[in-house]
Amino acid sequence: MSGEWPLWEVFVRSRRGLSHGHVGSLHAPDAQMALRNARDLYTRRQEGVSIWVVPADAISASSPDEKDAFFDPAADKVYRYPTFYEVPEGVAHL
Amino acid sequence: MSEPTSDLLFDYLLRLGDDALIAAQRLAEWYASSPEMEEDVALANIALDQLGAARALLTYAGEVEGAGRDEDALAYLRDDREFRNCLLVELPNRDFAVTIAKLLLLSAYQLPRYDALVSSADSRLAEIAAKARKESAYHLDHAARWALRLGDGTEDSHRRMQAAVDALWPYVHELLAADEPTIRLAAAGIAADPAELRAAWLSTVEPLLVEATLDRPADGWAPEGGRVGRHTEHLSYLLGEAQVVHRAHPGVRW
Repeated sequence: MSGEWPLWEVFVRSRRGLSHGHVGSLHAPDAQMALRNARDLYTRRQEGVSIWVVPADAISASSPDEKDAFFDPAADKVYRYPTFYEVPEGVAHL
Repeated sequence: MSEPTSDLLFDYLLRLGDDALIAAQRLAEWYASSPEMEEDVALANIALDQLGAARALLTYAGEVEGAGRDEDALAYLRDDREFRNCLLVELPNRDFAVTIAKLLLLSAYQLPRYDALVSSADSRLAEIAAKARKESAYHLDHAARWALRLGDGTEDSHRRMQAAVDALWPYVHELLAADEPTIRLAAAGIAADPAELRAAWLSTVEPLLVEATLDRPADGWAPEGGRVGRHTEHLSYLLGEAQVVHRAHPGVRW
C-alpha cells in the first residue's frame, strides 16, 4: 500500500513564532487525514497551535542548478541592507 | 461513603479502566504493522491515551478497594475472570476495518461517558474524565474519518467495513446495557446514566453509518458477560502476553 498515498509537506506555527515553518512531510490519502497525521507526527510535544498541509507536488521549488543565478548576485549588494545608509544629523523620529 | 457504594464504585472503575486497558493492548498490536507508518503512530497514540486513562482509573480503583492493590497489581495480577471490560474490546484485531469499527463503536461510547462523568458527584472520577474526554473526542474523530473512507471507498474496502460492523454489532448490546449496579450508581450521581449514553451513542453512530454508506445491522444475538467476568477465550491470550513479563519478574522496572 505504501507509495500509493500522496506526499504532503507540513507547516506548523509554534506557540512562540508568528509564521508557519516547515517541519517535515508525510503520506496521507487526503488533506483531512494529512492534517490528522501531522497532528500525530509533529505536534506530540506541544510544538504547535496551527498546522498547514500542502500537497508536495503543489510546491514549485527552485532548482539547485539555478543556485548561482538565483542567489549569488545578492552577495555584493550592500545597499540592500539598511546599515548601508547613513542617517543625517538631526533627523528626528527615525 | 457507605460500604455497598464503595463496592459498586470499585466495580464501576474496573469497568472503565479495563475497557481502556484492553483496548490499549489491542491497539498496540498494530504497532509496526498498520497499513502506513503514519497510521502506526496514530494508533499508538490512541493506545497510549487509553493506557493513560486506564492507569488513572485502576489506581483510583485500588484506593477505593482499600486492599493495597496498585495499578500494576490490578493490571498484571488479575486473571481473566476478574476483568470487567466489555467483550467488544478484547476481540481480535483481524482486518484493519475491524480495528476501525471497534474503535468507532467504543469511542462513540467512551466520549459521552466521560462527558457525563465530568459532572460526577465523585470529584476524583470527574477529574479523570475531564482529561480523557478530549482524548476520546480525537479517537472518535480518527475512527469516524477512517470509517467514512473505508465504507464509502472502494468496493473491497466497503465490503470489509460492512463485514466488520456486522461482526461487531452484537457486542454493542453489552456495551450499551444498563445493569442494576450502574443504575444505582447513576442514581447516586456518580456514574453516567446508561439510558442517556445509549441515546448519545445511537445519535453518533447511526448517522455515521449512513454517511459511510454502511447498513445498520439488525439487533439480534447479544453476547454478554464481560461486566461480570465471563469473557471470550481471546482475553486469556491477550492477558498472557500483557502480563508475562510482570509475572515472570515481579516488580521489574525499566
